[in-house]
This record gives sequence, structure tokens and C-alpha cells, in this order.
Amino acid sequence: MRKISIYIHIPFCIRKCLYCDFLSAPSTPDCIEQYVRALEAEIRFSPDLNGLTGAGIPDHPEIQVDTIFLGGGTPSLLTPDQLERILTTVRESYRVQDGAEISMEVNPGTADLERLQAYRGAGINRISIGVQSVDDAELALLGRIHRAGQAEKIFREARQAGFDNINIDLMSALPGQTADRWEQNLRTVCEWGPEHISAYSLIIEEGTPFAEINLPPLPSEEEDRLMYHRTQTVLAEYGYQRYEISNYARPGRACRHNCGYWTGHEYLGLGLGASSLIGDRRFKVTASMPEYLRRIRLAASGRCCGPDSNSSDSNGPELSGLDSYYEDIQQLTLRDRMEEFMFLGLRLTEGVSEAEFRRRFGNPVDAVYGPVLARHTDGGLLERTGERIRLTEKGLDLANYVMSDFLLD
Amino acid sequence: MAENIQDRIRNFCIVAHIDHGKSTLADRMIEKTGLLTNREMQDQVLDNMDLERERGITIKSQAVRLIYNARDGKEYIFNLIDTPGHVDFNYEVNRSLAACDGAILVVDATQGIQAQTLANVYLALEQDLEVFPVINKIDLPSAMPEEVKTEIEDVIGIEAEDAPLISAKQGIGIEEVLEAVVEKIPAPDGDPEGPLKALIFDSLYDSYKGVIVFCRIRDGQIRKGTKVRMMATGAVAEVVEVGYFGAGQFIPCDELSAGMVGYFTASIKNIRDARVGDTVTEDQRPCDEPLPGYKKAQPMVYCGLYPADAARYPDLRDALEKLQLNDASLFFEPETSLALGFGFRCGFLGLLHMEVILERLEREYDLDLISTAPGVVYKVYKTDGTMIELTNPSNLPDVTQIERMEEPIVSAEIMVTTEFIGSIMQLCQERRGRYISTEYIEQTRAVLHYELPLNEIIYDFFDALKSRSRGYASFDYELKDYEESTLVRMDILVNKEPVDALSFIVHTSNAYDRGRRMCERLKDEIPRQLFDVPIQAAVGGRIIARETVRQLRKDVLAKCYGGDISRKKKLLEKQKEGKKRMQIVGNVEIPKEAFMNVLKLDSGN
Repeated sequence: MRKISIYIHIPFCIRKCLYCDFLSAPSTPDCIEQYVRALEAEIRFSPDLNGLTGAGIPDHPEIQVDTIFLGGGTPSLLTPDQLERILTTVRESYRVQDGAEISMEVNPGTADLERLQAYRGAGINRISIGVQSVDDAELALLGRIHRAGQAEKIFREARQAGFDNINIDLMSALPGQTADRWEQNLRTVCEWGPEHISAYSLIIEEGTPFAEINLPPLPSEEEDRLMYHRTQTVLAEYGYQRYEISNYARPGRACRHNCGYWTGHEYLGLGLGASSLIGDRRFKVTASMPEYLRRIRLAASGRCCGPDSNSSDSNGPELSGLDSYYEDIQQLTLRDRMEEFMFLGLRLTEGVSEAEFRRRFGNPVDAVYGPVLARHTDGGLLERTGERIRLTEKGLDLANYVMSDFLLD
Repeated sequence: MAENIQDRIRNFCIVAHIDHGKSTLADRMIEKTGLLTNREMQDQVLDNMDLERERGITIKSQAVRLIYNARDGKEYIFNLIDTPGHVDFNYEVNRSLAACDGAILVVDATQGIQAQTLANVYLALEQDLEVFPVINKIDLPSAMPEEVKTEIEDVIGIEAEDAPLISAKQGIGIEEVLEAVVEKIPAPDGDPEGPLKALIFDSLYDSYKGVIVFCRIRDGQIRKGTKVRMMATGAVAEVVEVGYFGAGQFIPCDELSAGMVGYFTASIKNIRDARVGDTVTEDQRPCDEPLPGYKKAQPMVYCGLYPADAARYPDLRDALEKLQLNDASLFFEPETSLALGFGFRCGFLGLLHMEVILERLEREYDLDLISTAPGVVYKVYKTDGTMIELTNPSNLPDVTQIERMEEPIVSAEIMVTTEFIGSIMQLCQERRGRYISTEYIEQTRAVLHYELPLNEIIYDFFDALKSRSRGYASFDYELKDYEESTLVRMDILVNKEPVDALSFIVHTSNAYDRGRRMCERLKDEIPRQLFDVPIQAAVGGRIIARETVRQLRKDVLAKCYGGDISRKKKLLEKQKEGKKRMQIVGNVEIPKEAFMNVLKLDSGN
């Protein structure tokens, strides 16, 4: 059986946060509705386009969707009806596994009990609440649309609506933030008792207002690390275990969808700018809204788009269709796949499996990465258990430094 | 008959201080003689290297042949041989002058005589060239042609009363200059029937034709098929092509005879066979003795040059060999550095010469280079009675074996307006200068005579001079002597390991300052490592300055948005690229640019 994940991008928000460099923008209800219709169309033609229509065909493994993730932007801008339509279309086009993890991101400023109940009813079983901070001054600084009180209220209402798998996003190393203030935020949220906490430090991205405006001083690198290390101690106190560089969960509650990204699980990205890994190809949907809508129209009307997609020559309709619909199509070589296996897998605290490496690539990991592994093991950045290779505590702080060495010449 | 040909030839050059308008005058003369259409006319025809255009200076001597219809109704052949203006290139000036019979001295009507004017005029006079002055930039409001004429007569001692008053930029007075060339520059007087005797004054390597030899024919003639011999190297070759110099191009002709300037090719593949300064003669009918040639320039400034990519070492060697063909003053020999790998110790006439060579290597040969701190040649007298000429600080013997050291001293002439005398004297004082005398040229201008250690002026003396005189001071120097001095080698240690490429020789009085500055700068250039990295400056075993590069504590992408792997991979690739450019010294990764930046910055105040 072949399992895939589905990611659905909702590129709308009420107002762009000052630090945000994701693909999203404010919009009108009409535009959102137009987008949802396009998305429904895309979902419908996506199995054919991607060769994922295996169900029922002999010799073809049955394809099942094991996780779905709605991210943004702000997916909670969708009306319950729109969300319902999207999920229904997915179910009509794919076989969604019983017990699949179906997550969506929720902005505390855009939801209420009624909505959450409707989302739950539509089949969402995990939500991720973008709390970021429980300090009003910090929230204002970030340009968030909600206040601390709202976040806690939404959390309670989510519980009331029946969500038993909730993530809270928190951001550390904010301008002017101290380690103590951060710890306060952490403890407040831990008291609520979510199943999962994402705690990551602010990155000032080029092109965002944060990169332009005058901010209170950012915490020094030492303070930033102090916060990260304190995160681990405090969260451990409340029973959360770190399983990825910035992610912590109660036992059994790690986000399956996210772990998929780090372990080479296939995923299909739907919606504006979404990325996919299907088979050994990576590709993206266009990031331009007019172009997206145009391609959807073409693809939905003729099940194809582009000039040569009607020809039945040796290329095969599959590839030419994919070619003209997606962008940045990258055929992964053995080398790419080995590199990704290592640098993505090492984001997980459990690291990568040596046996899995050998199974996938036919070589023991030492045959490919012997010297790099030796150097970083000696340097105390990597450790090997015999079965697995993982970053040490110090290695996690310096992950990029280590990971870049797994790119092959 | 043959006499007539020579009567109508004029071989000359233009000498001037930098910026006094030499190249512009050359352009106007080329225009006036109608050799080029306007379309062909590039802005500055003679300066055909990018670098020259950007810096506005002429580096490499070149020649052009012009046809001038004079007022006497005759057609004259002018060979205008370009000379570099900068003090570093005296050697090249010399070899250009050797091909000429006369020189035009261009003096700026607003600035008068400058240090390099003097230097170049003296070189021309030493070669027995006829020199006549022209006063340029008379269109400017601040022009003082009469004063400048008087100055030329007083200071240089040549007749200036009827010097043409011109504006090369505006095209004023160019006709006068051309007529003066006919009247005042002597015609060549070689023996057209005698055995071939020609001076090689420049050369160029062409991958199709081999070496292109630029020569001035003194006696005899040369044509296709002539079997020539280079008198110094003994190399023999058969001439394939002869010709003269169009503007920016070679124009083949049948023969070159006595008095003419032109080129020949003879499928000479080995660049060493046709040395600039050598005399060419006919193999079967050689002349009695070679032309005197001229003094070979000694490199005064040395540095190590290394390819940033070690695999390109052979390319660097090839490039240096080719440049050396055009520039015999460039010296190089292989050397090895623990920090930088395989490279060359290179010798240059001066710092500008070094910069020019570095830029040419990078631009014309597409090489990425690392250069070590420039230094001069020190004489090290050892206790065993022997003496070594030290060009690489790493080779300095142990102090116990050194009896004494000597450093080169130059005599410097600094021409400056009187209001800046104080600040310029202070600068010379800071540079360990020894005051000799002050000579007033007129009430507001003077020449300061100083003796300065060469190693004090090779970095940034010229810039400092300009900034302390608001650009008015000019400067020239020549090697005087070696003098005993208290010199030490400064070693720079990164993580307790000496980095040989950063060692330099310094006078004890400056050691502390230089050491501290190097450490501060290196600190900013070395990326943080996984541990604290001390950077120290040491003299002998003694540490005199220290900085620390704090260890790297965080290098992690906190939020990695799932699906978009390519973005993350790009980030890692960039990081990996960065690591590749690192040189591992001890166990510290130092970016190759760091060496360059630190050394470059070292020229700052």
C-alpha cells in the first residue's frame, strides 16, 4: 500500500503579520470563494495529473491518504461550508485512511466555538493555534490581530468543540524579550495542557516589515540559546518531549504530517504555491494567483493544459500534463535523495536509521558519509547508537552547520 | 633616396605628469592626422586596456603610426610611442624612450611642473632625446601659461618661450604641436645599407602568431623571410610578417627600414627568446655590437600570490609567464605556504605595479587570487658572515643567527604648495622619514627632499599624501641605499598556530600598532567556529596583541516550513559553498577572502 500526505494551502489572512514571509495576503470573501472553487477543481484533477489513480488497477498499489494539513495564510478564514467542500472533494478523489490525521491552522483572531464545532464536524481532528505569545505587548509588536486573552479562550473552545489534539505555536527571541519572560509564556501555555507545542525563535526575513523597521534590541545569541535550552527543561517538566528542532509533544502526539516531511514521505501540495514530493519528483504549484486560476481552468476543462498535452507521443500524457501544470519540477537523483534523507532526517531528534539508509540506497551510510560522520561524531555534534545517527544537544543548535556537510560534491 | 625616407620620419613620445593630458593630446594628434574616421575613434585610442581606461592611467607602452601632411607640403610618418606616467613604471618609460628621437613634454597650465614631470624629463634627457614643451589646458580660467613657461626654463632648463599653448580637450593648438614635431624632433640617422640593428622595445604574445616583437630599426632593414638573430639570447628565427602600428591594430607591410618603428613576427613560441631590450640583427650578416639596451629594473616590492582554487596553480603560472613577456620587470618564483598552498613569490616595481598585475591576472586570466602582505627586499647579515636578500618574511633566519638587518631607503621628492608643508612633514616624520632639504620653486610651491624607508611608502603613502594636501602634493622617489635598521618579524597566530601568509617584517617602533590592527581586522574576517578562537600577534615568542573570535552557538533554521525543501537546500548549499572557500589553518576555517581583506585593510590608517 502506498501512503501519501496532502497539503492544502490557503493563502489569505486578515492582515499580514510584520514578520511573515509566507505566501499570503488579505482578501475579500468573493476572492476566497473563487479560490476554493479552483481548489476543488484542482483536487479533482490532481489524481490523474499525478498518476495517483491507482485504486482498483491490478499491479498498482492501493493509494491511501494518511495525513491532511491545511496551512496558510489563515485557513480559519474559510467558512465551515468551504472547508467541508474541500474535505469532501478530497474524500471523493482519494481514499482517506480511517484515523488519518487531519490538521488545520487556526488564527485565534478568526475563530469562535461555533466555527470550531463546524470544523470538527467536517472531519478536522487536529488544530494548530497560532498563539505566538501570551503577552499583549509582544503580540502588538508582532502585528498579530489577536490578544492574549483570545488565545486562551480559543483553546478552551477548541477543547469544548471536541479537539483532543491541539498544537500551540509560540515564538521566542522576540525583540526585547528576556529568557524569564519567555519562560513565563511557556508555563502559561503548558498550564492549558495542549498535546503539542511548537516553540521556535523569530527569524527576521528579508523583505518583511521587520527587516525594515526599528525594533527593540533582539536577544543576543547567548540569550536565544538560553531560551531554547530553557524551553526544553520547562516543557520536559510538563511531560513534553522534543522530537524535532522546534517541536515538542506529549507521548504519541508528534505531528505525523510534519514528520512525513523529514522522512521522505510522499506528499501532494494543492493550492497556490504548494510544494509536492511524488515518487522521486519535487515540484510546485505556481505562486501567482491569476496564473493559478488560469491553469486550473485549462486543466479542468481539458484534463490538461499546455500546447502538447493532447499529443499521445512517447512522452506520455502524464508527464507532459505535469510538466505544463507545475513549476520547478525536479527529478531527484540518487544523490539528491541521499542528501535529503540525511539533512531532513536529522531535524528529528531520533535522527536517521542506518538500516533504512542501506535499504533505500543499497549502500551502508559509512560508504557515502564516512568522513563527515567521523568528523562530526568526534566534534560532539553527532552521535551514533549503532542503529541511528542523530544530532547531539549541541548539534541541534548548530544543525545547519552539520547538515550542509551532507551535501555531496 | 633612402636618406629621404628617414628625413620624413619622426619617432617621439609624450611625457607628462599623471592627469596633465598626455592621452588626450595623443588622441587629438591621431584625429588631426586623419588616420581614423570618427567612428573608429574610441575615446582614448592608445589606452586599450580596460584597466587603463578605468584608472585613467597608461600602463603598457604602445605605439601608433600617423601620417601627417605638413605645412611644407611634405608627408611625414610619425611614430608616437606611448609611455606610462607613473613612478612605478620608470623602467617602461625607459624602454619606450629608447625607441624615440625626441619627446613632447606636456605641462598643465594650471598646475605647472610636478614631481613626475621632472622624473620623466630627466629620463628623456639622459637618453639624449630632444625635448620640447607644450602648455596644456590653457582654456581653463586658472591657466597661467606665462608663469609655467618661466618655471620650465628655471627648473628644467629647456627653452619654453615658443612652446605651443594648447587645449588638448578643446582641440586648440594641435596643429602647432604637429608642426613642432616636424621642426624640433630630429629625423633618424641610421644606415639603411648597414647590417640590421634593431632594438626590441616591447613585445606581445599572440596565440596564433607567437611573439609579436615591437622594434625600432636603427640600421639596415627587415622583411618577410629575413633570418633574424636575437643578440642576447642567440635565438634565430625567420620573419613571417612585418608591419607598423595602426590605431589599436597591426598593419602588415613589405619591409621596415632604418629609422622606422614597427613589429615583426617569426613564429617565436618561447617568450624568453625575444627579451625586451635585446638587439635584433641578421643571422647571416650580423652587426658588430648590440645597442646599449637599458638598465633592467629591479623589483622593489614583493608579495606571495596564490590561486584561491589550488587546482588553478598551473593557470597562474601560465598567466605570469605571459605577463612577464610584456613586462620584463615582473619577477616570480614558486613558493609554498602552509596556509595557502602552492603559489609564487612575485616582485614588482612598486605597489601600483603590483595592483595592476593583480587586476590583470584576475580580469584577463580569470584567476581568483590571494595575495600576501607586500614587502620590500631586506638584507639580512648572518653571524656566519653570509648575507641573504629576504623577500619572504617566512624565510627570516632565527634571531640568534642574525647579526644585523638592512632595509631599502629611497630619496623622495615631494612637490607641495607651501600651506601643506607642515602636514606633509609630519607625515614623513611618522613614516620614519629623514628630512634633507626644502627647495622653493616659487613663492607658493616647494620641493621637500626626504629619505624614507621604502617599506613605509609601499602601502598607502601616496593616499596619505593626497589626503593631507587636498590632492595637491605630488611625489616621486628612487632607491637610494640600504641602511641598518631594527626590524622584527611579526607573526599572526590563529588558534595558537602561526599563519605564514600573514607574517610581515616591521620596524620595532611600529610593531605594537600594526599587530593590534591586524588582530582587530582578522577578528572581523574569521567566521565564528565551534570553539573560541584566539588571534594573536607575536614578535619572537612574545605575544603583543590578542583578540578572540567567540564560538558559534547557534546555526539552525528554527522554523522549516515543511514542503518547501528546495529553499532549505539552497540555504545549505550556500553554506557549503562558503565552507569550500575556507582554508583550514590548524583546525580553524578561514575564508580565503579574509587574507585578502586583512591585507588590503592593512593599508588603512
